[in-house]
Amino acid sequence: MTTTAVSRGRYRFSHVARMEWIKLRSLRSTWWVLAVTVAGAVGIAVAVGVNTKDAAADLTNNALAGISLGLLLIGVLGVLVMTGEYSSGMIRATLAAIPDRPLVLAAKAAVFGAVALAVGEAAAFIAFFAGGAALPGGIPGPALGQPGVLRAVMLGGAGFCLVGLIGLGLGAIIRHTPAAIAVLVGGVYVLAQFVAVLTHSLMAYLPIAIVANSLTVVKPMAEDQGVFLSPWAGLGMLCLYAAVTLGIGGWLLARRDA
Amino acid sequence: MIEARGLSKRYGSTVAVDGLSFDVRPGMVTGFLGPNGSGKSTTMRLILGLDAPDAGQARIGGRRYRELRWPLREVGALLEAKAFHPGRSARAHLTALAASNDIPRSRVEEVLGIVGLADAARRRGGKFSLGMAQRLGIAAALLGDPGVLLLDEPVNGLDPEGIRWIRTLLGSLAAQGRTVLVSSHLIGEIARTADHVVVIGRGRLLADTSVAELSARSASLEEAFFELTSGSADYRGTLDSKGRTS
Repeated sequence: MTTTAVSRGRYRFSHVARMEWIKLRSLRSTWWVLAVTVAGAVGIAVAVGVNTKDAAADLTNNALAGISLGLLLIGVLGVLVMTGEYSSGMIRATLAAIPDRPLVLAAKAAVFGAVALAVGEAAAFIAFFAGGAALPGGIPGPALGQPGVLRAVMLGGAGFCLVGLIGLGLGAIIRHTPAAIAVLVGGVYVLAQFVAVLTHSLMAYLPIAIVANSLTVVKPMAEDQGVFLSPWAGLGMLCLYAAVTLGIGGWLLARRDA
Repeated sequence: MIEARGLSKRYGSTVAVDGLSFDVRPGMVTGFLGPNGSGKSTTMRLILGLDAPDAGQARIGGRRYRELRWPLREVGALLEAKAFHPGRSARAHLTALAASNDIPRSRVEEVLGIVGLADAARRRGGKFSLGMAQRLGIAAALLGDPGVLLLDEPVNGLDPEGIRWIRTLLGSLAAQGRTVLVSSHLIGEIARTADHVVVIGRGRLLADTSVAELSARSASLEEAFFELTSGSADYRGTLDSKGRTS
């Protein structure tokens, strides 16, 4: 045998995370989606800001309205991080390199989640300041020091990350890109329209409602009192969704043939 | 050393592999032969732990694949052409895999050179021809300088120069004491490359013998193969003695 002696130790989380980081950054689609997300969030914040007429409105929530557009994109990117491996056959190379499948999904979630959180926070803060700056003269912009404002901006970025992780979990469960995206869009957007018509109380638990009406709210509207979850309860609910989809995805990944 | 013991796998009502046992020994090239659909690829997936067997088990150097500490440095596999993301460059694909098993970056450039893709390293894999995709797959298999290699149809899509190259490569890997299992439906290629053959049909073992011994059973290795698999080919065109389809 002339093969080099296999060094001691064993692959660890850090090795898998490095692989996933190289995979994520080496695809152009990653950077396109993230750039469009930030641009979209900022663009909508400016558009909403310019057209603001009521100084008493929740201007922070308005400035973060564009986050909702980005939710769909980051969710789709999360789906693709997983389903792209299945559509290309890369999954077999990945699992041959790292047979510990839950570790693979955990590393994907950590790396993708960290990138989504960083970009989500950046989008939220830039949108907040751009939206405030775009307000017509005479309407004072919100400041981070005001009660609840910093929380709303930061949770807006966090919601972005969590919806991305829900997408990743759905991708692991469903494995096929179109089906997983359909479930994501259905669950996050379309379902919301139906549920809103049928019952207001269920609406509060939909991801898009949580981000728009719980996480990023500074001044709850009178008619929403008691209907939508509080910011922290909303964050907990989104974390639960992400944990459940990733948990089921990891469980299935470990049990199904690749 | 690869040991398959009583491997069985069914997909729905289709039995893909049926109580298959064989050894693949180091220091020689072992050809893995069988008609289309005979279970060669399934067997390789079972050895690599990608699919779970319904019964039996496969061991590599005495351990199951999932127990390997640095899988890519112990086993290199080429399963299908284009098992990489089409949007990623050849170099990024190999760099990611190298990182997972703590293989030095310099080895990526080395294997790109070995397979002749150094000039195409920056190109996205989706633009690769089948032959280039095979070379990238072989580069990935060689990445960890493993003692065991499993190659499923490696000559598919290669030009004559590429076929000769892989023949030489496999021979030298075996001469270095490595365990090499290579499947092919090109029997002439196996006759030239392999020292030993494992022949399966409908998921069952039909022969596990040296190329010389099997060839001696009939006019050629090809004739011996057809005699062996005559009862177990699932997909075979029918030709009468004059070469017409019946």
